[in-house]
Amino acid sequence: MRLELSAEDQAFREEMRGFFTTEVPQEIRSTVLEGRELSRDQIVTSQRILNAAGLAVPHWPVDDGGRDWTDLQRHIWHEEMQQAGVPAPLAFNASMIGPVLAQFATPEMKRRFLPATANLDIWWSQGFSEPDAGSDLAGLRTTAVRDGEDWVVNGQKTWTTLGQYGDWIFTLVRTDPEAKKQSGISMLLIDMTSPGLEVRPIELIDGGHEVNEVWFTDVRVPGENLVGEVNQGWTMAKFLLGNERVGVAPVGAVKRALARAKQLAGAQLDDPLTRARVAELENQLLALELTALRVVANSADGAPHPASSVLKLRGTELQQAVSELILDLAGPASLGARGAEDSDLPGWARRSAPTYLNLRKASIYGGSNEIQRQIIARTILGL
Amino acid sequence: MDFSLDDEQVALRDAVRSLVTKTYGDFEQRRRASAAEPGYDESLWRQLAEMGVLGLPFAEDDGGMGAGPVEVALVAAELGRVLAPEPFLASVVLAGGAVAAAGTADQRSELLGALASGERLLALAHEETVPVTASRSGEGWSLTGTKEPVLHGARADLLVVSAALPDGGTGLFLVEGTDAETDGYRTYDGGRAARVRLRDAPATALGEPGADQATTLAGVLAAARLAACHEALGGMEAALAATTAYLKSRKQFGVTLNTFQALNFRAADMYVSLELTRSIVDWATMVLATGDPARAGEASARAALQTSRAGRHIGQEAIQLHGGIAMTAEYLVGNITAHLTVLDHLLGDGRQHLGTLMTGVGDYEALDPLDPTMRSTSSQ
Ligand SMILES: Cc1cc2nc3c(=O)[nH]c(=O)nc-3n(C[C@H](O)[C@H](O)[C@H](O)COP(=O)(O)OP(=O)(O)OC[C@H]3O[C@@H](n4cnc5c(N)ncnc54)[C@H](O)[C@@H]3O)c2cc1C
Repeated sequence: MRLELSAEDQAFREEMRGFFTTEVPQEIRSTVLEGRELSRDQIVTSQRILNAAGLAVPHWPVDDGGRDWTDLQRHIWHEEMQQAGVPAPLAFNASMIGPVLAQFATPEMKRRFLPATANLDIWWSQGFSEPDAGSDLAGLRTTAVRDGEDWVVNGQKTWTTLGQYGDWIFTLVRTDPEAKKQSGISMLLIDMTSPGLEVRPIELIDGGHEVNEVWFTDVRVPGENLVGEVNQGWTMAKFLLGNERVGVAPVGAVKRALARAKQLAGAQLDDPLTRARVAELENQLLALELTALRVVANSADGAPHPASSVLKLRGTELQQAVSELILDLAGPASLGARGAEDSDLPGWARRSAPTYLNLRKASIYGGSNEIQRQIIARTILGL
Repeated sequence: MDFSLDDEQVALRDAVRSLVTKTYGDFEQRRRASAAEPGYDESLWRQLAEMGVLGLPFAEDDGGMGAGPVEVALVAAELGRVLAPEPFLASVVLAGGAVAAAGTADQRSELLGALASGERLLALAHEETVPVTASRSGEGWSLTGTKEPVLHGARADLLVVSAALPDGGTGLFLVEGTDAETDGYRTYDGGRAARVRLRDAPATALGEPGADQATTLAGVLAAARLAACHEALGGMEAALAATTAYLKSRKQFGVTLNTFQALNFRAADMYVSLELTRSIVDWATMVLATGDPARAGEASARAALQTSRAGRHIGQEAIQLHGGIAMTAEYLVGNITAHLTVLDHLLGDGRQHLGTLMTGVGDYEALDPLDPTMRSTSSQ
């Protein structure tokens, strides 16, 4: 057992820290650090800066623009990025469809999509969930029927995050209604400007608009937009969802949020109950961070450590707990969330309740925390 | 950062595991050993001595094996897994640790050699009910006051006693077991403790006479706290393993209990607690191995806080998921929970550690386990 980072990893860490804190505009990082909402442009700008330096998709295969980093280096990259307030590369592009295309697509499809995906020239949306297909995703009903060279798609997707910005959407569609649930599904890439495709906003409890419904009415999709083989979509979906879980523990971001909470607390930090709450959270976060380090240290052969579900589960719980702490620190000032633009209430306090409400999502998406418990119970404990 | 064990460490763990499993693999044997005096299996203790386990953390010059906190941790975890009542923590880690840290070269080689060979049993008397004070008496010292609870205090041949010095500060002293009035009893987890009354008991200073050993003692307690955390981890692991096995085999309503998802989820949460605790305890052990006392003190408090929380959680859930059987004295799981409770209160409990940690909370921005100072103020 060895405690410190090797000199090499330490140098790597400093290199990352240096890059993130000097090359990404302060204004973008402040937006993240202060918990304000990023604009589409800010997300795009930031990702392009990272991509130009080879830092947007380091976890992709080297031939597709990735870097041959160790798991620990990837972890450090991710942590430093979050700590510096650099928006993570758009997950739909970098962690979801990119790796799937790198793994399953034809060379031609890769050439067409991967560079644009890494550079966020294409903004991807994830079209998996449907009103009747949530945790039980294989219950999806949106259909794609072959018509000559094309597929004709009909149905409805929901919860499509940032679909209002989307250029393309990767979808799971039912291509064999006769087959057993999982085996009749295919993955299609759909241009969101296609006729018959409509994006409708959903307002969330925080008052924001980050998710949408996506409706398909006789949308024609060229046959070549099928990823992999027909009816093999479930294999790709599982691959994608596996990656989603591994990258989802927001350790760096929660650490930054807790540090900020201490700053915001001001004189409230003299209150023993508040201090105790902070100290308790800090210790839990320390245990989580160390677990993340253990997981990366032990997944050197590429397969994720089984304990990665622990990271998703506890990471999102702590993320929620910290947002709840900040909400409580704000107290009555939190009621001013939708008050006048020039409110005298501090901005952080006004943002605290929407953030707290918004973060309830963290334990629902990316495989809900109940699904993570199921994974632990089944695959780790053998129950 | 590397959490893996080297080959020698794995070999040590496997050897200890196979030895203690031979003795206590069947829980009935543990019950028998803890029912009879001195509360543990003396032949196992001798075998541990032969394997070098009792001298593990001490310098080779002092008759030990020259190993470090990681090796101590491995042994503690294996003992915890089978709930072995042997006084490894009390005698080797606590009392031996105090002698190693504070004793003169002569004291170290005499006492640690005898401890390592299993010839003498040492106990540390630190917790007290009537403050123990030291006064000079002729060439030596004499101690008055009452210590309790003293782990294995009645069986010990030699007591290492902390006492208030006449000029302030805390001294450490050696008192022969026969010079103290000891009333031994069973603790609620089947262990042994004693009240130790000292009335002008003749004592020898451990280390330089009259020197304040408070810092040294704090270091010994921090190291022991971590060993206790590993012992607890071993116990928690065993409790979870027993619980999952039980859920898979126990039938009610015509099906095995693992048919009920509510129960599986609670087991999953036990696993989460266990893994998080292992991470922080292993980390703190690596911090201890760096030999920086300030860092080690804090890291051990952090590990102990997490262990306290997880011990309560896993212990309580293990009993609940087993139902009535876990309430019986002959069943492992309830006994693990009792022992976890003892370990929690032995060297400062969760509330106390939280109290220490919360006082410093405003002094730094974030904790950083990879930074030698542990504190980060760099995330602007
Ligand atoms: C803000 C937000 C953004 C999202 N973004 C996207 C997106 O961009 N693209 C996309 O495709 N999807 C997205 N999702 C959808 C998300 O993946 C689903 O919400 C999620 O899979 C859960 O499905 P559900 O909401 O239908 O809940 P349900 O599956 O109906 O679950 C309801 C409750 O029951 C529990 N539950 C369900 N099954 C089980 C079981 N077997 N055992 C125990 N408990 C169970 C769940 O954990 C949950 O608590 C988003 C969701 C949210 C909230």
